[in-house]
Amino acid sequence: MSKQQGRAGTFERIADAARDQLAVARQARESGVGRQLWTELTEAAGDFRGLLRDGYRMDEDELERRVAHLLGNKNLNEYGVDPFGFSPEYVRKVFPVVEAMYRLWYRTEVHGIENVPNDGRVLLIANHSGQLPFDGAVIGASLLLDRDPPRMIRSMVEKFATALPFFGTFCVRCGQVTGLPDNCRRLLDAEESVLVFPEGAAGISKPFSQRYKLARFGHGFMRLALETGSPIVPIAVVGAEEQIINLGNAAWLAKLVGAPSVPIPPLALLLGPAAMLPMPVKLRIYYGEPMTFEGDPNDDDAVIAQKVAEVRRAIEGLIERGLRERRGYFI
Amino acid sequence: MARRKRERVVVITGIAGRLGQLLTRRLHREEGVKVIGIDRRHFHRRPKDVEHHRIDIRRKATEDIFRTHRVETIYHLGLMHDPRQGQGEHFSWNVVGTQRIFEFAQRYNVPKVVLVSSADVYGPQSDNPAFLSEDSPLLGAQRFPQIRDLISVDMLAQSYFWKVPELETVVLRPVHILGGVKNAMSNYLRMARPPMLFGFDPMMQVLHEEDMASAIVAAALPGVRGVFNVVGPDAVPLSKLVELSGRRPIQLLHPIAPAIARQAFALRLIDAPSAELDWLRYAVTLDGSRIRGLLGYAHRYNARDAVAAAMRTDIFEGAAEAASSHA
Repeated sequence: MSKQQGRAGTFERIADAARDQLAVARQARESGVGRQLWTELTEAAGDFRGLLRDGYRMDEDELERRVAHLLGNKNLNEYGVDPFGFSPEYVRKVFPVVEAMYRLWYRTEVHGIENVPNDGRVLLIANHSGQLPFDGAVIGASLLLDRDPPRMIRSMVEKFATALPFFGTFCVRCGQVTGLPDNCRRLLDAEESVLVFPEGAAGISKPFSQRYKLARFGHGFMRLALETGSPIVPIAVVGAEEQIINLGNAAWLAKLVGAPSVPIPPLALLLGPAAMLPMPVKLRIYYGEPMTFEGDPNDDDAVIAQKVAEVRRAIEGLIERGLRERRGYFI
Repeated sequence: MARRKRERVVVITGIAGRLGQLLTRRLHREEGVKVIGIDRRHFHRRPKDVEHHRIDIRRKATEDIFRTHRVETIYHLGLMHDPRQGQGEHFSWNVVGTQRIFEFAQRYNVPKVVLVSSADVYGPQSDNPAFLSEDSPLLGAQRFPQIRDLISVDMLAQSYFWKVPELETVVLRPVHILGGVKNAMSNYLRMARPPMLFGFDPMMQVLHEEDMASAIVAAALPGVRGVFNVVGPDAVPLSKLVELSGRRPIQLLHPIAPAIARQAFALRLIDAPSAELDWLRYAVTLDGSRIRGLLGYAHRYNARDAVAAAMRTDIFEGAAEAASSHA
């Protein structure tokens, strides 16, 4: 009996909470911010419906042609895998998911992709954001889908991530490698395009209040660029900072689970674990003009820091442009 | 015997193991070298004119071999890698035994020692580069302390580069050797249901036992010295190797796998300690460009051949006694 009552009580409480939330939502809708978000979301939903109706998938023949182009210059063994574990066949399999994420979920807009050279070694340096590393996947997808000829990127992934079950294997099979200077050097020497997020874990885990403020850049990429004579293409991803709202990082929890950081998403109160799913924000990717640097790769930190600051400024410029050009989070 | 003026004489430790036998066949039958073997174990199907001493390297009697022969090369294959053996005995056998080998080489002017170490010395780690070079740190004992004797042996051999520069010391670090050998990887593929860790599929490098024998022979050429990774065909995913073996893997959840492995080891269902599960989780892939460039060594067998060689069981006929495996 008492159990039954208890359950009824719980339902009542949940119903009350839901009513409260609706009231809050209604209030927000009536205020300016709420109305803005509401129009953004309805417009985004319209875009989404349009994409579904008109089809967003790449033409099958076109896809074939692109894959053939990618396979042309890869060092694959008899089992179709390269020494780092990249498998084009695997990429083909997961491709529909990445394409849906790129076209539908994020409705990604790309600017200046012609700044990435057709071939030869190149370091792609981007800002890192969004709590979960979808920015890397989106940059990779843009070079496969929106560039002709397409280019395969190899990104430097935090070793914590490559050591995870499933996700690590997924990264490796998709051509991503553990972020070590030696791996990067070998890929550049093999004339590949390598994506590096010099902010590292500090960049991706920024709290909402710090969005679009770049964290400290590591110097490793610049030393490698000087050593291997690779041009640098600065990249800004705008929009991803708002995909998961993070109030701050739970350092103790991160230590406990051995992760670089654990975000505190306020929406978890409302959505539970689903708050860690990225919201369908609109992403804008800006590719800047290639930069070339010369000098001694073993120079003093102060000298390297100046060169790094140049790249950082270039990315900041691209971010500013992106923030200026966007009308909202979702459109 | 009397026909030849001076016979070429070599010593092979651990000759009764599979690799020792393959090497014996190469040197004795194909190159006509006089082979003297040292191994406590029985040497099955020993060719008549191969001398075999069933002694412990650490014993005085070993020295007599060097006293009475002019040895050209010592192939030191006789490292113990038996997880069931006690730690103390393991350490003494491997480290003291290797020390003795180098002492004899120095005292009796043996020009060359070839040590067969292993890629185990690098160890499986999440932050291993995709190409471990010979200069990479030897972190194998970081998570698997039982193999620190193997690292000591590797380091000991390296110290002779400067201690006795006129001695040509060669250290070979092969990736997983597959074939009739009884090492962890070959045993793994021969299991009825090889375990894999759910969600992990590291890149693996394997090497056919015959290719390893070729690498040892190449390393013995005069003038060759230094440390060499021995690599065969390109790395393949672990799942591919299991597929090639025709076995169906059993997927274990990685948080509980060590406990299962410990129990299975205690019950003698498996012969690999739980720390070796890391091999199923992280890649240990080596850069083989040095041995290819300097020794002109090239592998002949691909991954499929290597796995097939491990799955052949006929080579075990009558060899059951050779219980301890040699890496």
